[in-house]
Amino acid sequence: MSEHEYIPKSKLGKWFNDRLPLLTLANHLTDYPTPKNLNYWWTFGGILTFCLITQIITGIILGMHYIAHADLAFESVEHIMRDVNYGWLIRYVHANGASMFFLAVYIHIFRALYYGSYKSPREVIWIIGMLIYFLMMATAFMGYVLPWGQMSFWGATVITNLFSAIPLVGESITNWLWGGYSVDNPTLTRFFSLHYLFPFLILGLVVLHIWALHVPGNNNPIGIDIKKPSKDTVPFHPYIVIKDLFALLIFLLVFAFFVFFSPNILGHADNYIEANPLVTPAHIVPEWYLLPFYAILRSVPDKLLGVIAMFAAIFVLVILPWLDTSKVRSAIFRPIYKQFYWFLVADVLILGYMGAMPAEGTYLLIARVATIYYFAHFLIILPFLGMKEKTIELPLNITDPVLGGAANPEMTKNNLKHRSDL
Amino acid sequence: MKNFFKIIFFSILLIYSGSQKLYAENSDELLKVDWSFKSFFGKFDRASLQRGYQVYNEVCASCHSLKHLSYRNLAEKGGPEFTEAEAKAIASNFEVTDGPNSDGEMFERPAKLSDRFVMPYSNVQEAIVANGGAYPPDMSVLVKARMGGADYIYSVLMGYEDPPAGMELDDGVYYNKYMYGNKIKMASPLSEDIIEYSDGTKATMDQMAKDVTTFLQWAAEPHLESRHKMGFRVIVYLIVLTILVYFSMKKIWSRIETKV
Repeated sequence: MSEHEYIPKSKLGKWFNDRLPLLTLANHLTDYPTPKNLNYWWTFGGILTFCLITQIITGIILGMHYIAHADLAFESVEHIMRDVNYGWLIRYVHANGASMFFLAVYIHIFRALYYGSYKSPREVIWIIGMLIYFLMMATAFMGYVLPWGQMSFWGATVITNLFSAIPLVGESITNWLWGGYSVDNPTLTRFFSLHYLFPFLILGLVVLHIWALHVPGNNNPIGIDIKKPSKDTVPFHPYIVIKDLFALLIFLLVFAFFVFFSPNILGHADNYIEANPLVTPAHIVPEWYLLPFYAILRSVPDKLLGVIAMFAAIFVLVILPWLDTSKVRSAIFRPIYKQFYWFLVADVLILGYMGAMPAEGTYLLIARVATIYYFAHFLIILPFLGMKEKTIELPLNITDPVLGGAANPEMTKNNLKHRSDL
Repeated sequence: MKNFFKIIFFSILLIYSGSQKLYAENSDELLKVDWSFKSFFGKFDRASLQRGYQVYNEVCASCHSLKHLSYRNLAEKGGPEFTEAEAKAIASNFEVTDGPNSDGEMFERPAKLSDRFVMPYSNVQEAIVANGGAYPPDMSVLVKARMGGADYIYSVLMGYEDPPAGMELDDGVYYNKYMYGNKIKMASPLSEDIIEYSDGTKATMDQMAKDVTTFLQWAAEPHLESRHKMGFRVIVYLIVLTILVYFSMKKIWSRIETKV
């Protein structure tokens, strides 16, 4: 890291900075040496920060008008949509914002998978990221319950019922979560409270995520360690800032398209029917971003094992840095891993599709095969591949990435080994 | 970079088309209408909205409530845009219970612009009993609460047919080609000339179905017009800004050899 001592120019600045080094922090953030070969897949970190802030701001405003009560919640949402000034805009941004947030986070995660960003020395960044992802899913799930439509109610019923699968204490835990004997007003009010709390926990974790990132610095598409600062890096400002801004604007175009011209396409029509405990919808489907996990849950015939499998699907991601035994980070230099990577992408898409289909017949069979493959990818393929795979030689630095067979491959390998030992 | 946008584009296309398809569950392909409120610049047909209100009021309102709407909405911009006097006159046709007055008693008075639409039944149970066990759903957000939206509502209104041979229907159950499950407890609400349009338009089945669907679309999305208008401005603004930022980025990155 570039730890050249920073001294503010003005006297006041120096006085303040000696007491609280905020200016040093600002200087660190602007000067932060970033690999210059980052591609557009790396812009999603900034986009995600934007998404989080947008959700928090729109959410706070919605919270001023929303009423967390089983008899009034649905009506208060309609009040927001009709009578609050620009309430429709704020709510549609918030609702579609959740989907855009997940779209961005999935790209961000799959980028890390492709370029091996989770590997040493970035395991802690990755684990914090997974915690954020987990909290995001919990937050989104609870947020979807708040409008108190049919899908809200029945989605909440299905998901909270999962905990009843836990032996001995399952029943008590479920009742404790509900605050009663079924999903009802107490469930709604606590979900509202937690839905308001969690984003701030996520915000805290995001700070840690970025902090942990700034210790080893960014990974890059080549996946090699680079000297910082050097001719391989550029200062974060203005180079990365303007590039992130450009990517964010493209992202906002897509976002705006959904908000203004197709605001309800990503939601389920049934959620515009007020919650009715006596009528079960024909298909209970979670939001699209939870579908792969829903498919895993349903593909296991036993309820408890299904719940375990669903949580395990996230847990294998947490321990991924130790499952992937390959020292080479980027898939560019791992020809076989690259293929398995795209298999995994296809597998998750298939799981997502199956999650939206009824769990029967061919759908169930495909979901089961896809579930098995999902776990096999992380638990069998990755550990073995790391040991067996013949990787392509790594370049020594970013600026001259072409080796042309001239450089000494032995040296490259030693270099890499040496660095990963650090 | 090219690759990147290609992948993004296709994944969004995938999500978009996927989400449309995944939840579709109807057996029959819906009737498609070229609604004026669809598309980027979509607006409501004002005359159609006003006729649609008439259909709602004279046909649907005897069973279906519209509880999230107020009479003032009828005069608001982007809606049927009745004049304020017309909307007041419409409201005054309905009686609402108000109070308590200074004597502590409830009293009846004609509805005002600020009142919500008067509901046909005082509670859900009464509505169920009066309709042979089926609750006529509130229509405020009905268009958004059905997959297929306006097309679905229009299709159901037009989809009454004789049941196929061999299908037994109970008393008070009707066959509808587009209804989910094909059985509906509402008799075909529309028939030729069931109402007389005040603007002289001929009240054909098709005309009434289109008008009332347009009206219900507005009821579900009263700010649709301003949403489309603002959306267009936002997109134009974003495109201009994106272009400016793109060239700034090129300029800044030209200081070093790496391409962006």
